[in-house]
Amino acid sequence: MSKALVFVEVHKNAIKRSSLELLQFAKKSNLSVSAFMYGSSAPGLTEKAAQNGADEIHLFNSSTFDKYNSDLFQKAFLKVYEQTTPQFVLASASSIGNDLFPKVAAQLGVGVATDCTNLEIDGGTIKARKPLYSGKCTAEVTFASEKSSIVVMRANQLPVEEVSYNSSPKVITHSIDESGLRTLIKDIVKGTSEKLDLTEANIIVSGGRGLKEAGNFKLLQDLADVLGASVGASRAVVDAGWVPHNMQVGQTGKTVAPSLYIAVGVSGAIQHLAGMTGSKVIVAINTDPNAPIFQKATYGIVGDALEIVPKLTEEFKKAMS
Amino acid sequence: MKIFVCLKQVPDTEAKIKIKPDKSGIDPTGVKWVVNPYDEHAIEEAVKLREKNPGAQVWALSLGPKQRVVESLRTALAMGADEAIVINTDQDLDSQSTAKALAHVLRNEGAFDLILTGKLGIDDNQSSVTQMLSQFLECPHVNVVSKIQIEEGKALVERDIEGGSKELIEIPLPCVLGANKGLNMPRYASLPGIMKAKKKVIKEIELSSLGLTLNKLTTFSNFELPAEKPPVKFLTGDSSAQSIQLVQLLRDEAKVL
Ligand SMILES: Cc1cc2nc3c(=O)[nH]c(=O)nc-3n(C[C@H](O)[C@H](O)[C@H](O)COP(=O)(O)OP(=O)(O)OC[C@H]3O[C@@H](n4cnc5c(N)ncnc54)[C@H](O)[C@@H]3O)c2cc1C
Ligand SMILES: Nc1ncnc2c1ncn2[C@@H]1O[C@H](COP(=O)(O)O)[C@@H](O)[C@H]1O
Repeated sequence: MSKALVFVEVHKNAIKRSSLELLQFAKKSNLSVSAFMYGSSAPGLTEKAAQNGADEIHLFNSSTFDKYNSDLFQKAFLKVYEQTTPQFVLASASSIGNDLFPKVAAQLGVGVATDCTNLEIDGGTIKARKPLYSGKCTAEVTFASEKSSIVVMRANQLPVEEVSYNSSPKVITHSIDESGLRTLIKDIVKGTSEKLDLTEANIIVSGGRGLKEAGNFKLLQDLADVLGASVGASRAVVDAGWVPHNMQVGQTGKTVAPSLYIAVGVSGAIQHLAGMTGSKVIVAINTDPNAPIFQKATYGIVGDALEIVPKLTEEFKKAMS
Repeated sequence: MKIFVCLKQVPDTEAKIKIKPDKSGIDPTGVKWVVNPYDEHAIEEAVKLREKNPGAQVWALSLGPKQRVVESLRTALAMGADEAIVINTDQDLDSQSTAKALAHVLRNEGAFDLILTGKLGIDDNQSSVTQMLSQFLECPHVNVVSKIQIEEGKALVERDIEGGSKELIEIPLPCVLGANKGLNMPRYASLPGIMKAKKKVIKEIELSSLGLTLNKLTTFSNFELPAEKPPVKFLTGDSSAQSIQLVQLLRDEAKVL
């Protein structure tokens, strides 16, 4: 049986959905699944990882792992890689996954496919697909290496189900020499948002210049709160200083792929579309029936955002209660 | 202080992407090529650092077909880079081969203090070369950087992570830093800058002369355009009716609530 090594991330004392996607996927693909887990909350989550498909767990429980350090994580991952010799390495396209795995691939001399949106493993063969040119097209990635293939998957691309594969996992606890790290994290400045990052959010409400002024973003915030959504924005309003850059969706902002993307007062410039056309369902609200956003939308409302958004918030409130 | 900026030439963000009939890649006919947007931030930062550190030098380095890539190097020179090097090749390299070739030339060019890159090439959407350069050059890196402050022998940088949070990281020089958008506002090249850049001799290196074995570890194939979406369904009635309809459709038809 081919082996997969899955990099499992934790957020607020729970295994991230994106990591559950990978564990379940690996298990369903009939692979023998090893999980790489780290940090002080990981020991309490090994059972959860097993339920979701991990047959074996490699654990670094030192609190040094609570902050990402690329030297430390690379060293630790390599140690487990050498012990498990997996054919497939699976990780999520998070700030850690994106940073770590190209470097690991370079060290090992094996191929890496980043930001994949499609993945199939059948026996020993792997098929991954990823968006290129900011989502204007996609391509299949094939691997030359016989050793391993590393795939970094975008969040929300694979299903997560209620499963209970294993109950008592085999846990191997590791430690490594934590000295000689070249970089030092002096501090982490928390962002204002307690919400899920846009790249992981399942629902996004996004605003553009059609909202007229910065203060009206509050209307979107209210709608997002009812939906449990994260709030995004067009570059025009980021450049105008209404909202910070980390909220920007598009070619020079974030690429998102939620189940539902509600674009409010966003014209749908090609650079904005580039970041969000991977969304499953797109709703556009705009006064201009010819706005390009409607060409990508599933549902369209022609009208004034300032009038419609509060009404929508009320309707969703009723529907969600 | 010697600063290198690695810059990639990519299709303009407005470019309409067409696929070759054999699906092996995009059809480059009519594509306008520009400096990768994130690399513009890297150039700007390098030039700003030079302005603050008299005697510092900024070198721009790009790998690709020289006929077109030199245009992007001239943009970097016009923005204020001192020297430029092109590694000429028509080959379609993967990230690891690109990083190997860049690292090889960077090492040959002698001691560097800082290498600036972009966090991501918007063409292949890899976000890999920065980290791979760090691996091959055996110096540390931070990617997705929105602030750089150089001190004696080290840099203090901010790295953007999820949820708008930032990690404040201390990293010794020499190192590789990948620029994010928030780092600065790239300047427009001035007219005298453009005139000067035109006259500059760009150093040319043939990739094939480097004696590197570059095996392709990953290949992109079977390119596809996104599936056509069915036309939008416009909701009718007044704003109340539209809102009620939308909630219903999202719940019962699209099933995303
Ligand atoms: C290199 C480059 C990179 C870029 N990267 C990005 C990027 O990453 N992300 C991005 O978003 N943009 C990006 N852009 C900018 C992009 O080209 C557009 O300028 C931008 O997306 C427009 O933002 P907008 O839709 O908010 O504003 P506008 O284009 O001004 O659109 C406002 C919309 O609101 C509608 N409207 C007006 N009043 C109302 C109302 N009362 N109710 C409802 N609707 C109303 C209007 O009909 C219009 O469609 C980039 C541009 C370049 C050149
Ligand atoms: N062919 C290239 N020539 C010079 N620099 C490059 C090249 N490819 C990538 N880079 C650098 O590496 C960064 C990340 O690119 P990528 O890994 O392709 O997303 C880019 O923003 C550039 O700074």
